[in-house]
Amino acid sequence: MSAQTDPLYPGMTLEAADRDSHDAAEPVIFGFWIFLMSDLLLFAVLFATYAAMSTHGQADAPGPRELFELGSIFIETMLLLGSTFTFGMASLAMKYDQGAGAVVFWMVVTGLLGAGFLGFEISDFYQFAVIEGAPPQASGFLSSFYALVATHGLHVASALVWMVVMFVQIAVFGLSREVKLRIMRLALFWHMLDVVWVGIFTFVFLFGVVQ
Amino acid sequence: MSDWYWIFGNLKWNSLVFFHAFESPSASEEIAAGAALMVILGGLWLVWLLTVKGWWRPLWRDWLTSPDHKKIGIMYVVVALVMLARAVAEAVVMRLQQAVAVNDPGFLSADHFGQLFSTHGTIMIFFMAMPFLTGVINYVMPQQIGARDVSFPVMNAVSLALTTAGAVLVMVSLVFGQFETGGWTAYPPYTGIRFSPGEGVDYWIWAVSLSSIGTTLSGINFAVTIYKERAPGMTLMRMPLFTWTTLCTAILMIFAMIPLTAATAMLALDRYAGFHFFTTDKGGDMMNYANLFWLFGHPEVYILILPAFGVFSEVIPVFSGKRLYGYTSLVWATMAIAVLSFTVWLHHFFTMGQSANLNAVFGFATMTIGVPTGVKVYDWMLTMYRGRLRFTTAMLFSVMFLVTFVVGGITGVMLANPTVDFATHNTLFLVAHFHNMLIPGLLFGMIAAMQFWFPKAFGFRLDERWGKISFWCWSIGFYVAFMPLYALGLMGAMRRSFEWYQPEFLPYLVVAAGGALLILCGLIALFVQLWVSVKHRDQLRVPAGDPWDAHSLEWMSAAPAPEWNFAVIPEVHGREAFLEAKRDGTAYLPPERYEDIHLPAHSAMAPLIGVGALALGFGLTWHIWWMVAAGFIGIWAVVIARSFVTDTGHVIPADVVQREHERWLELVRNTPAVDRGVEQQSENLGHAEAVI
Ligand code: HEM
Ligand SMILES: [Cu+2]
Repeated sequence: MSAQTDPLYPGMTLEAADRDSHDAAEPVIFGFWIFLMSDLLLFAVLFATYAAMSTHGQADAPGPRELFELGSIFIETMLLLGSTFTFGMASLAMKYDQGAGAVVFWMVVTGLLGAGFLGFEISDFYQFAVIEGAPPQASGFLSSFYALVATHGLHVASALVWMVVMFVQIAVFGLSREVKLRIMRLALFWHMLDVVWVGIFTFVFLFGVVQ
Repeated sequence: MSDWYWIFGNLKWNSLVFFHAFESPSASEEIAAGAALMVILGGLWLVWLLTVKGWWRPLWRDWLTSPDHKKIGIMYVVVALVMLARAVAEAVVMRLQQAVAVNDPGFLSADHFGQLFSTHGTIMIFFMAMPFLTGVINYVMPQQIGARDVSFPVMNAVSLALTTAGAVLVMVSLVFGQFETGGWTAYPPYTGIRFSPGEGVDYWIWAVSLSSIGTTLSGINFAVTIYKERAPGMTLMRMPLFTWTTLCTAILMIFAMIPLTAATAMLALDRYAGFHFFTTDKGGDMMNYANLFWLFGHPEVYILILPAFGVFSEVIPVFSGKRLYGYTSLVWATMAIAVLSFTVWLHHFFTMGQSANLNAVFGFATMTIGVPTGVKVYDWMLTMYRGRLRFTTAMLFSVMFLVTFVVGGITGVMLANPTVDFATHNTLFLVAHFHNMLIPGLLFGMIAAMQFWFPKAFGFRLDERWGKISFWCWSIGFYVAFMPLYALGLMGAMRRSFEWYQPEFLPYLVVAAGGALLILCGLIALFVQLWVSVKHRDQLRVPAGDPWDAHSLEWMSAAPAPEWNFAVIPEVHGREAFLEAKRDGTAYLPPERYEDIHLPAHSAMAPLIGVGALALGFGLTWHIWWMVAAGFIGIWAVVIARSFVTDTGHVIPADVVQREHERWLELVRNTPAVDRGVEQQSENLGHAEAVI
């Protein structure tokens, strides 16, 4: 890595407690932002497909109004928003060098909230697909609905796997530079998923029930 | 479902292509079997060669596991050349079929012809053009900006592994089963499970998905490298033009590959899981596919063409003995093209049902792209104006590009007019148009790049005589092969036709077939050139590193460059950094001090991921689920295991760097600087007498 003089730093700064990691973060975090941009684009494309399909792809299968109910969606939203807050706490613990214990604690809370989110989402899918007879095979609209929401869910699931790997790495290496940089990237990933969920909540579920 | 389903999935004895040649012998089947045999023999020959020469170890240790951007670049180009050979051979077979298929079924079955244009198109775009330009970028760009490597060297190797896995999958389709027949665009509903059951479309889906994921990663890598790794003093507006076009290409890669990945994933969900994205019933809508595909597809043509523009912007000034004319306008034109390329995708389906007004908007937008492109053409011409032109092979290809590309551009503006497009859509006029863009605007650019940078990469020039033979075959061949197609298209000949009922087409088709044969000669000459140059490498040596009196930083080191590119990172003071340095006499001065250099360690991660990806793709294609699971889990296990490796680099001590560097400086001092008059002769050892 070239040691640049005073880089434009793209993200949370570790400068106060850990100058070396701060410098090393420059290209990796920047690269990760660009990756996130392309990942967001995937969601943009799925949203666009959903938007098209929700107007003319319903065939004679249930549409958004018949299907969605906001109760569990609200709980999922709260879990995910809460997890973004707790991951923020983990990042702060890392930034101010409060030790691996604090970082792990907040990440465990985050992971549990994320797992709770996934649990509710899976039970939603079960409800829609099996009990209400609206599986993705029933219409173009439902195909695009499951594709969009499950892509988000799969992202959350892979973030959870990533988190578990990070726990092992903290156990093995402690909060080494590499580990810190990975946690920073995981944090960005997690927050992005939250932003995407806000989009899903609004455009899919809220619009879906009020349209 | 057979008893063996759990082990072999849908793969059966009679999936082997040879089976059909036995069962129902026909010319078409025998050609297919012959192609399969060539793949197998080629593979065996490679294994034999590697074993006899004892090259397995060096191949693994020095190449496959190497994170060095220069080696990765070279491997990309090798993949591209192999795939080019196959795709050109297929093109010749198609041309011959069409030439003999007037009121006659010819020698190919309709199905086989369909596979040929599908693999030809898919290979040319995804497995020839993309690896070629990615390889050239990989080799050149980091050196051009004075960097030691790309930002993420191991990820770079992973991109190569994924692309190669895709290419291998397309090769495997010659032996097991069939490829799809829906063209390189693979439009549903035809490619849906209802109309195309079987493995063909699945081969396409997974090969293309692997390549597009690899390309997305490459785009990220190139963009970050250019933003973060430039040598001190190299501001954006001092970057060489090839680096600029790389940046724009990288941005296009980041934005354009995702819609393709999404489209292929949705098509896969339709085919494997009964979804209804693009089916004809239950609300499926293929227009979503058309939009997603061309949201990728149009930017893709600029991904293909911009790097070649960059190559011409390096080659033309060097061989004109002048500085590049209109640098700023070229930068802006490149950026303008990159942005505009996202606003025109609808011109690929003017005929598919939107309102006339919408078509008009996209027609105008399309024509707008002609403006920045025109700016570029004038800049290149003005660069040559009053220069002392030296017609090396690289320069010849560049000049031929200029002339030919303008013809293709004009027919493009014609097609941009929706009313014209309604008449010419899906005819050979279109086929002529896009080959008229891609052959000069991509292939000639890549061949020119190969001629230009080969001495940098290997330390000796390519033989000029065979280069020129190749050039004339390619150029004349191109005109003879494709000009008749314009006429045929206007006469109403539809593309993708495997037989004809119009005797008046015959003369044109025969001429076009002759042109294709000439092109084949050009390709063979290119391979002969490689062979001859390797044989005569002693007369072609350019160890001092600057055979062309070139302008940019990548030439400011020995040929081939050391693993670390630069002994010390150069300081940049102007636009043509190396040219400036040669002028003030600082190009070959020893630095004040040397430092240890940290380089990334070799890693087996990329080749392992490549194998996993191949297993994944093959398993998915044939529904061999254990293989899918093994591939998928294998890939992620490797990624996670790699994240536990802490030793990710090695250090080159300062005195080693110093020794190497001073040996090169010594060599330059002892090499006589030669005049451009003997550039193409053995006196040229890579030390140029300054002209500008
Ligand atoms: C080297 C000489 C080449 C020859 C003789 C050639 C010939 C052909 C022929 C005969 C077809 C089928 C036309 C039809 O539909 O009737 C075709 C299609 C195509 N070619 Fe080429 N080609 C050449 C080079 C290239 C290159 C360099 C590229 C791209 C980089 C390319 C990309 C394509 C594509 C995308 C198609 C459309 C395939 C489809 O219909 O889906 N070709 N070419
Ligand atoms: Cu286009």
